[in-house]
Parts: sequence; C-alpha cells; structure tokens
Amino acid sequence: MTMKASSRRVDGVTILDLSGRITLGEGSVVLRDQIRDLLGKGEKKLLLNLGDVTYIDSSGIGELVSAFTTVRNQGGELKLLNLTKKVHDLLQITKLYTVFDVKDDEASAVKAFAR
Amino acid sequence: MTSERVSYTLDSTLDSVNKAELAAEQVAAKMPFEEEDCHRIAMAVREAAVNAVLHGNAYDPKKKMTVSFENTGESLVIKISDQGRGLRDEDIPDPLAEENLLKQSGRGIFLIRSFMDEVRIRQLEPGTEITLVKHIGQHSTAGEGTQ
Repeated sequence: MTMKASSRRVDGVTILDLSGRITLGEGSVVLRDQIRDLLGKGEKKLLLNLGDVTYIDSSGIGELVSAFTTVRNQGGELKLLNLTKKVHDLLQITKLYTVFDVKDDEASAVKAFAR
Repeated sequence: MTSERVSYTLDSTLDSVNKAELAAEQVAAKMPFEEEDCHRIAMAVREAAVNAVLHGNAYDPKKKMTVSFENTGESLVIKISDQGRGLRDEDIPDPLAEENLLKQSGRGIFLIRSFMDEVRIRQLEPGTEITLVKHIGQHSTAGEGTQ
C-alpha cells in the first residue's frame, strides 16, 4: 500500500492526514511534495496525523526529520499526532521522540501551536 | 533438524527491495517468531536491501543483489550482498550522536543492529555482504522501555 495524504485546516493549523507506508521512493516523495506545497502557500503550522501510517523505514524517518527542520527553518512549527506503536518505537530507538513534539489528541495538539 | 536455505538474485531496483522485504516476512512467518519480531526482521532486511541497491550498487542495472535465507533450526540467518564499492563498519556514523540526530539519512545500519541479534559486515571483491541473524526464542526488546 502506497502513501496517501490529504490536508485540512482547523483553527489556523494545517492537519496533514497521512496513511499507508512512508518508505524510500513514492511515500517519502509524497510527504516531501506535500510539505513543500503547504510551505509554498504560507502554511507554517503543520500537524502530521500519522494514525493510519502502517510502516515507516529509515528513509521515511529521514523525511520526517527533513520536514521538521525545513518547517522550523522557515519560522514554522511541525508537530506529530497519533503515532502507532511501531512508529513510536522507531522514534524512541532513534532518539527522535524527544526532538519532535508528539501529541495524541487532535484538539489539544491544535491548541498547542503558537497563536 | 536439517537446515533449509533459499536464495534470490535480484536487480538493483526499488522493486527488488520490496521483494526482499516480502520474502523476509514470509520466511519469518513460517518460523516460531512472534509477530513483532517478524516485522523487525522484515524491516532489517528492507534496510539492508536499500543499502545494497542504493548505496552499494547505485541502481546500476549491471549489478545484482543476492539475498539468502537459512533456517538453521536455531536461528534465521539472512545474507544480503551487493557488487558495489564496499561499506566499512568504521565509516558508519552514529545516528544518535547530537550532531547527527537531525540528519536525513544514516539510520539504516543502526536500525538493523537494533532489530537483529547478530549483524556482521564483510567486504567482498567487489561489494559488501551483510549477515543478519535472529535467534529463535529470544524476543527482541528494541524500543521497549526506553526514553
């Protein structure tokens, strides 16, 4: 299953709902293009909903890191929402769990962005 | 129990990475591993196959990746080799080092080591062979209870 992505706006925050696999090739490219498009539209408060992401490999992790630094370098904020156990474990193993701001409730995640 | 071994020779493509991962999943599922370990074995094979195809063979259509799976009765032994420029253990940076934490790449071998019980890297002439071993009856604890 390849990755699918769709975006929606909630209280000034853009939520990117991702599903499927974020792996080397198509999945990573879809994520990179989505982030670039959103930043191009001036949307800099990004919440990545990973609840339906079934699999991430090291390329996918790299793409998440790249998205995080790209958004931050442009003065924005990127947070992660609804990690599955597999993704949670991967971020812990790679010590990235403390780098990302990880949320498990959409409403409080939206409120956590700077006004 | 007699040892069972299957081997595949694959092109240097992303499709081959997916095939190697799927084969690993199927082989591991037939052995007495927990579901979580089957996932980790398949992911380790995917990472090693990406290294072979992308970093080793650099998608060169003339170069091949070979993947073998051996059920020794006590362990699953997987060997993945490429015909590329070679990978030296000492050249692999630590992805957990502060200066590498936000780098986009460099986590593949680290994840393989986290998911498997034994990992050996051997230089070929030319290329690299990586051996991944998972022992039966030793549930991996990668990612559990760490912060």
